[in-house]
Amino acid sequence: METQSLLQQIADNWLLVWMGTFFLGVILWVLRPGSRKLYADTANIPFRNEERPACANACADGACQTKELQS
Amino acid sequence: MGNYFKLAALGVIALFAAMAANWGRDTAYIVHAIIILGVSGLMFIRVLRQMEQPAMAAPTGYMDDVVRAGVVATTFWGVVGFLVGVIIAFQLAFPQLNFEFLQPFGNFGRLRPLHTSAVIFAFGGNALIMSSFYIVQRTCGARLWGGNLAWFVFWGYNLFIVLAATGYLLGATQSKEYAEPEWYIDIWLTVVWVAFLAVFMGTLFKRQERHIYVANWFLLAFIVTVAMLHVVNNLSIPVSIWGSKSVQVFSGVQDAMVQWWYGHNAVGFFLTAGFLGMMYYFVPKQAGRPIFSYKLSIIHFWALIFLYIWAGPHHLHYTALPDWASTLGMVFSIILWMPSWGGMINGLMTLQGAWDKLRTDPIIRMMVISLAFYGMSTFEGPMMSIRAVNSLSHYTDWTIGHVHSGALGWNGMITFAALYFLTPKLWGRAQMYSMSAINWHFWLATIGIILYAASMWVTGIMEGLMWREVDANGFLVNSFADTVSAKFPMYVVRGLGGVLYLTGGIIMAWNIFMTIRGGVKVTAPVGVPAE
Repeated sequence: METQSLLQQIADNWLLVWMGTFFLGVILWVLRPGSRKLYADTANIPFRNEERPACANACADGACQTKELQS
Repeated sequence: MGNYFKLAALGVIALFAAMAANWGRDTAYIVHAIIILGVSGLMFIRVLRQMEQPAMAAPTGYMDDVVRAGVVATTFWGVVGFLVGVIIAFQLAFPQLNFEFLQPFGNFGRLRPLHTSAVIFAFGGNALIMSSFYIVQRTCGARLWGGNLAWFVFWGYNLFIVLAATGYLLGATQSKEYAEPEWYIDIWLTVVWVAFLAVFMGTLFKRQERHIYVANWFLLAFIVTVAMLHVVNNLSIPVSIWGSKSVQVFSGVQDAMVQWWYGHNAVGFFLTAGFLGMMYYFVPKQAGRPIFSYKLSIIHFWALIFLYIWAGPHHLHYTALPDWASTLGMVFSIILWMPSWGGMINGLMTLQGAWDKLRTDPIIRMMVISLAFYGMSTFEGPMMSIRAVNSLSHYTDWTIGHVHSGALGWNGMITFAALYFLTPKLWGRAQMYSMSAINWHFWLATIGIILYAASMWVTGIMEGLMWREVDANGFLVNSFADTVSAKFPMYVVRGLGGVLYLTGGIIMAWNIFMTIRGGVKVTAPVGVPAE
């Protein structure tokens, strides 16, 4: 089989299946139980840290020494 | 130590540019060599003056000066781009405006790519860069990574625009829609873009939030995909290192397919994904409430990413492209309708419970009209990609109308809203200098778009029907010149729509200038702060 035809076969079948599965997986993952609370927190990110970076005593490049999660 | 390296590099670049200015084979190349010589010379002096200085304390807080520069650049290029658009619109209506004494520089053929690049890359690109720098800092709770690299991105990108624009006027183009700049400008943009990606990714890596907010997903997709599209579509071999002319690696229908794979995804990832990133941040901020459905935003993202990349072939219906490829493009374009409207609904529904702000807040109003135009043009686009519809619409002004309802309506309006949101915040003002000026801008721009789109629908469908009209014996009824003269009134209306849109842009520039200077005139509230 020519390389072109072989690659096309793979793309037409397995790649399509893989991408379709991945996409459906994303949808199922998004709808998983317990995601609502998590996403409610994530959706509020724009309303935090408006004026300055997350930690008050930022070191040189603005990064924190210890990673603290915002509630 | 770094400064010694910079000096050496700038010296080599300046020397090379001087040689190029001497040996250049065409005007555009020589002018560009002189520009690069000037820029690298000035940079050399600047670096030299900073040599051996004691290191300053590293700044903390958000890096907003580069965003401020971006606001000014976006406003400036917006007005320039709209102005060139108005000029070429009237050149089409009144060909006498291609003045003899301005030939060949003031010719429609050279000004048109100047217009498209000025509005898409200069206005839109600066808007995207400055708002992604603003958004990624706020949503990561971290200062921009890379120190002055962000400034390199800003100035480097604007140098790219100056080189591209002067190149078009002087006749250097590789004749690819939205990708006209020649090989060395393409290489420079690649360098700048990689730096942009580094700044963005670096900031994401040091974020203080556990999750990456969805706006950053869209912005990252925009940066990564545009890099890929740009590199593949600009694979070309220069004829000489001392000249601007280059030859494409692809040829024939392959070149056409690569070009429209690029061209459509420039729309899909530059003008859609990037601006959706802006939408997912600025709309919730201005409305004072989180996005309607975060779940929907994730599905919106992945659907858009999976589908958009296949839609390009719909630009090549009825060409040498195989039928299966154009059918593929058509089918994916139609499926794209779903995620597009999902995103529009997500943005609009964010206002649920806050619709009253539509009456009081002109910035919210701009966001809503921009989402409405997003919905409208993402409905119109899939429809036009259907082969039967395309046989009527292709090569007519309907396409131009479609592009402008998307660009002026969706991209323009969301950018204006972002500028009105950012300017008071970045310069520490309570609000914009004049709220009624925002209102004026809103109505001028909206009426301008409506005049533009409506006249282009009429003239596009008219010329499509005239082109295909045959008499009883099968002969074409109309010559091409007949359609041109029939289009004249609609061309004038289109030009007037452009004048209104440009006037709105000038009012915005004045308003932003006055806000930066520091007065506050009217006291209507801009928006309600977040709880």
